[in-house]
Amino acid sequence: MLGWIGLSIALLIASALGAAVAFRADRSSLAIGTTGSILACVIGAAASISALVSGLEQSFLAGWPLPIGQIHLGLDSLSAFFLTCIFVISGLVTVYGAGYLQAYIGKRRLAPALTFFNLRVAAMVALVIARDGIFFLVAWEIMSFASFFLVTFENEREDVRRAGMTYLIASQLGVAFLFAMFALLGHNAGSFDFDQFTAGVTPSASLAGICFLLAVVGFGTKAGFWPVHIWLPDAHPAAPSHVSALMSGVMIKMGIYGLLRTLMFLGNPPAWWGTLLVGIGIITGIAGVLHALAQHDLKRLLAYHSVENIGIIALGMGIGLLGQSHRNTTVAFLGYAGALLHVLNHGLFKSLLFEGAGSIVHATGTRDIESLGGLYRRMPITGLTFLVGSVAICGLPPLNGFVSEWLVYVGAFQGGADLPVSWGATAIAAIPALALIGALAAACFVKAFGVVFLGEARTSVVTNAHEAGGTMRWPMIITALLCAAIGIWPTGAVQLVAPAAQLLSRSAPPVEALGSLTAITRVATMLAGLILVLAIVRKVLLRGREVSQAPTWGCGYALPTPRMQYSAASFVEPLLRPFMALIPTRIRRDGPNGFFPFKATYEEHLGDAAGERVLAPASRAFIQALSRVRIIQQGRVQLYLVYIAATLVILLVWQLAGVTGR
Amino acid sequence: MLEIVIHIALLILFPPLVLGVINKTKSWFAGRNGPPLLQAYFDIAKLLRKGAVYSRTTSWVFRAGPIVSLGSILCAGLILPLASNVAPLGFTGDVILFAYLLGLSRFFTMAAALDTGSAFEGMGASREAAFAVPAEPALFLSLAIVCIPAKAASFQAAWSALPWALWGGAHPAYLAAAIALFAVMLAENSRIPVDDPNTHLELTMIHEVMVLDHSGPDFAFILYGSAVKLFVIAALLVHVLLPIPEHLGWTGVALLCLGEAALAILIGVVESTVARLRLTRVPQFLIGASVLAGIGLAIALYRGTA
Amino acid sequence: MKDYADLLLLLVAVSNLYIVATSRLNSCVRASAIQGAALALLPLVLWTSGFNVQLFHLAVICAGTLAIKAIVIPILVSRAIREANVRREVDPSVSLHSSVLLAGLLMGISFWMSTVLVLPRPAPTMLLVPVAFATLLTGFLVLISRRQAITHVIGYLLIENGVFIFGQTLAREVPFAVELGILLDLLVGIFVMGIAINHISREFDHIDTELLSTLKD
Repeated sequence: MLGWIGLSIALLIASALGAAVAFRADRSSLAIGTTGSILACVIGAAASISALVSGLEQSFLAGWPLPIGQIHLGLDSLSAFFLTCIFVISGLVTVYGAGYLQAYIGKRRLAPALTFFNLRVAAMVALVIARDGIFFLVAWEIMSFASFFLVTFENEREDVRRAGMTYLIASQLGVAFLFAMFALLGHNAGSFDFDQFTAGVTPSASLAGICFLLAVVGFGTKAGFWPVHIWLPDAHPAAPSHVSALMSGVMIKMGIYGLLRTLMFLGNPPAWWGTLLVGIGIITGIAGVLHALAQHDLKRLLAYHSVENIGIIALGMGIGLLGQSHRNTTVAFLGYAGALLHVLNHGLFKSLLFEGAGSIVHATGTRDIESLGGLYRRMPITGLTFLVGSVAICGLPPLNGFVSEWLVYVGAFQGGADLPVSWGATAIAAIPALALIGALAAACFVKAFGVVFLGEARTSVVTNAHEAGGTMRWPMIITALLCAAIGIWPTGAVQLVAPAAQLLSRSAPPVEALGSLTAITRVATMLAGLILVLAIVRKVLLRGREVSQAPTWGCGYALPTPRMQYSAASFVEPLLRPFMALIPTRIRRDGPNGFFPFKATYEEHLGDAAGERVLAPASRAFIQALSRVRIIQQGRVQLYLVYIAATLVILLVWQLAGVTGR
Repeated sequence: MLEIVIHIALLILFPPLVLGVINKTKSWFAGRNGPPLLQAYFDIAKLLRKGAVYSRTTSWVFRAGPIVSLGSILCAGLILPLASNVAPLGFTGDVILFAYLLGLSRFFTMAAALDTGSAFEGMGASREAAFAVPAEPALFLSLAIVCIPAKAASFQAAWSALPWALWGGAHPAYLAAAIALFAVMLAENSRIPVDDPNTHLELTMIHEVMVLDHSGPDFAFILYGSAVKLFVIAALLVHVLLPIPEHLGWTGVALLCLGEAALAILIGVVESTVARLRLTRVPQFLIGASVLAGIGLAIALYRGTA
Repeated sequence: MKDYADLLLLLVAVSNLYIVATSRLNSCVRASAIQGAALALLPLVLWTSGFNVQLFHLAVICAGTLAIKAIVIPILVSRAIREANVRREVDPSVSLHSSVLLAGLLMGISFWMSTVLVLPRPAPTMLLVPVAFATLLTGFLVLISRRQAITHVIGYLLIENGVFIFGQTLAREVPFAVELGILLDLLVGIFVMGIAINHISREFDHIDTELLSTLKD
């Protein structure tokens, strides 16, 4: 199977180069890039699913030793699961992207978008099958840089360049922690090979703890843990929609993969790791969804929801760790399985939602929710699939989001009941947090779907809107169907994550808890049946009776205009009021004054608490501390020569003293 | 088999009667005769016989609202045990599905309201969302309280493990759960002090204003759906206070009806004696309920070890 | 009987929450009266074991506590409210929403502390120590976040109540006489405060404690 996956990497890289070579002919580079990527994804998806189902484990060592060690690739159920996510979602997004990029033909060179897209997919695949630290980090950096060039695709816009820089800085800061972690692990094991990490000296408790913290910060920056998520809401709106779909659907999950892979090196986890991740999950989830509520930019809103869902995944991982540290196999399995399945689910519905947002941007030219409305009648397919994505992301049955949240919930309940009380309390803290996140997410997506698609058009941008083309429509339909399939048939979906969850939790799947999944299918069928029956009942009742059309009842007011509809800002105002202390708000208001007010304006800007209240003061303090060091910068060459000489002398003395001392 | 038939019959036939009992209690307080006990049935029957008017603004989401909402509430009713401690569709982990089905119903009601493009209905949806947010943690914390001693997230296990000794004062945790659930019940079913079902001013409404544009059979579904929702959440509360064991047969049915009637009267008393809260104070009321349930949960957790 | 002690303690916890959640001073006082009554019953419920001389002692102490905490102090404070003519806590420095959440958080911390703390002898019921801590901390929360002098009185009362509950763990060692002494001190303190509040409000037309800081230097 590794051979097939290697083939798909080769295909991706070849098509990336092909697209780059053909950069003068947009259409042919689009064709080359897309065909190569689709082919690679089909091959890779088939290979990784069959590896997942057969439980195959493979490894491959390159014959020649490099100065940094051998190239070591491997495939286990965790890799196979993430490969499945990457290939399935990337394949669908590639098709969508082919349609989405059509609009740019003739306006700008398409080659970079295609080359870096394929390179990024190849890098993600490579890092999932990498089995040594150096190769892993190389793939990781290629992925990060390819993403940077994709985010800055429309680089003539100031906000895009800014977002790209934020992303690059965040990602490079994050990777510094990973370098430190791999250096520590490599030093301990005497090699960067992953097998040596586990086979050699098991890291001591304190070293494991330090590595865990480094991994949480480093991988968390990519995944979007609070407060290092701040690059996400900037980068996603800046990037083209198919890029944001892949970035949010798959790339940020590489942080989750990295963290899970690291956990496998670090031996038995102490319980505080689980507590830490549950805490991070709660804060990330709630902060993400609260900030999402405050957004009026559709893609920014979706980006904050990615933060929220990463919080849910962190909750699942935390519960898994809590269970694992107490040798409670049920809790461990349910936590990990919930987290993993949510990785797949979020990849599906979030790429679907970003594609929907892309179609809206395509049709109307705006991402501002407040100027849309009534799009449903103009874009029925996009509307329907967006609705499916919205219901799924809120975790509502009978769609896929519910299944993974259900696993996390059941894990939390089980943890609360079975673990020693103080750790049980941590596990159970996840329950109200998930409930709050769920309710806030539902409110947010009622707002997003309702204000964008329902009601009347608020501005004229909507009137010329048109449904997305076929290549953009089909990926959305297929993704929506996948969401429904996982939701209605969770037993099958859990088969995908069970081997990986088993590997992580080192325990067999709990039969009883998973047996309940068939009951979810039963209830989902019952729900569908009831809805169908009620629809038929209404149809029968209304047959032969007067069914008329009329304007919406305006409560006696005769001349309502679309501008009078409830806006997104007014929808969330009562919701956010209890949480206002948590979100930095800047309000500028002017008037209305006097008896005959002429003009009144009201502006409200809701910032990001993590950026404005945590990171900005911290970085200011850091810069202030570092400004003392500026003394050594005098701008005179002689002085710099003194530094060099001094360093040289000190190093020499140190080394020589070491020698004579021995 | 008989138990399933009884369950479905109870779920389908009884809910509007609860509304009748509440209204009778309120009339008694006001010194009126009030509407007949079966008025809600009459209303629903009348609406089912009518035609319908749809706004030109609306899409199929508006028409799907009442159907999906009623369907998911009925589904939730099939998951929750009524006259015994088993339910036709119960399983391990059903408490979560139960709460999320209620969420699904709310989602589609709100979406249907936004579909009309009316400012009033948007306002109703916004308030519904705002009050659902603090109510949800209270609901889940209460469910956790009853599930922790049972060591399983299922209604059947929870009700089987529930001690009858509650009335001996043995379990302050359950009392906290019951109080929090009562608050959640009032909020979810738009009763006083959160919302006033009798208000006639659109600006002060929450639930009623969301369904202004529905008519005929659609509105019948909505009325019936809210009755079922009240019935189902009240049944949950009845079980916390008065766990009905398995195989009680008709005694179980009688116990459930007794409990439902008592709760209906209690709601009537609350509605007659308590003033409605200012809208900005409602979240605080529900946050209070959540914190109370949190205290109850702490008691349940720590008592397990002590 | 001890099972009922947990119910009483739950009532104490709920009244803490209510005191933090309400902005009406009268409701505050009423809640603290209810809390006082619950506390008065607490030793009776905890330590009664048949009819004996001890029961008589207990009854006297309960009656004393009931009289002072549930009747005399509330009456004094509500009179102060009437005379100073303040009905509401205006503009608390921590919003009511957040202070309810904070009170819940303090409760959680108290539960955690109760598992860590090692007592010379096990507490009679498991709720006793956490509720004692929570009441104490809620008292501090009220003192820190509110501005009215009258709410401050309630805050001190909460702190005293917390100490009283905690005292129940040591009830066998410490004679109730000590407790009565503390009560008496408190009563005198509230007397003085009531009189002072009256005078201040007569002089300055308000009893906002934040403005007391202008008295420095």
